[in-house]
Amino acid sequence: MTESGGVVTQAVASEVVITVNGTERRVPSGWTLAELLASLELDARTVVIERNGTILRDRPSFASIELAADDSLEIVHFVGGG
Amino acid sequence: MAHADLISRETFTDFDPQPFVIAGRGFRSRLMIGTGKYASNAQMIEAIEASGAEVVTVAVRRVDLDRTKEEGILHHLDPDHFFLLANTAGCYTASDAIRYARLARAAGFNEWVKLEVIGDQQTLLPDNVGLLEATKTLVDEGFKVLAYTNDDLVAALKLEDAGAVAVMPLASPIGSGLGMLNPYAIRTIKQRLSVPVIVDAGVGTASDACVVMEQGVDGILMNTGIAAAQDPVRMAAAMKSAVEAGRNAYLAGRMPRREVAVPSSPSTGMLGS
Repeated sequence: MTESGGVVTQAVASEVVITVNGTERRVPSGWTLAELLASLELDARTVVIERNGTILRDRPSFASIELAADDSLEIVHFVGGG
Repeated sequence: MAHADLISRETFTDFDPQPFVIAGRGFRSRLMIGTGKYASNAQMIEAIEASGAEVVTVAVRRVDLDRTKEEGILHHLDPDHFFLLANTAGCYTASDAIRYARLARAAGFNEWVKLEVIGDQQTLLPDNVGLLEATKTLVDEGFKVLAYTNDDLVAALKLEDAGAVAVMPLASPIGSGLGMLNPYAIRTIKQRLSVPVIVDAGVGTASDACVVMEQGVDGILMNTGIAAAQDPVRMAAAMKSAVEAGRNAYLAGRMPRREVAVPSSPSTGMLGS
């Protein structure tokens, strides 16, 4: 969301707009997946990430995967269920 | 009776001629339990401990980014201590279920999945067409598929043919607590399949679990029957005993039913005869 409350459609030059779990977010350009996880206070070992439909199996690579404009991420984990 | 006899007798009644083995992996407990719907994580852990279950099911969901990171179950459940069986609950198509299964495997614990493809929102009954399709795909990808299905023999046979390592017919709809609605169907499925048959869903109380095990099935998976009890921890203990009792009764072989009484005491030697 922008400060005016509208949905983000355009990022300023130093940011990119990505979608995380169905919600748009602006992140600094050049940010890696590891930096995003850190900002969300998530431990990479307890989540699974799907980026643009592809599951990212190699957790150490998170530190080198740069987020790109229009990336769509799904970050999932295990919850209680039967 | 000598003390040694007592011990050997106990060992004998603990002995199960057909150990519980799924896809080459043996389990001590025939009771598997879900981890949903508990009032707290502490209560869930206590109930799992009381149930003696080794296999516990978990669901795959989006991380809620607006809430605390404590929400994930791995913060509460030690994956070294339990066998985590991920489900595809909530999936209504084969492709969704396959996607969830792949995500679950990427968590890195195992390649097992409790495969659900739901076909109807009101009853949560399985869509056997989608289920079979998803089973085939996942088996090809190396998954160990435990397929949640209805109590239909033909569907169960097809799932076995498709490579499912276990077939999980329902006792009654998920969360209904109605117990086993069709013992004949469950018995027939067990008799005809070579892979383990694990009854999943519908068990409401300990007697339900006992009767299910008396049909000769290999195990039971339940969640709501424990989690929705007034005292889930005590119910978990009751389910543990019921599953063991039902298994033992099955192995013992029940007496034949008769429509007439047969005295248990001698009919001879009565006074005045």
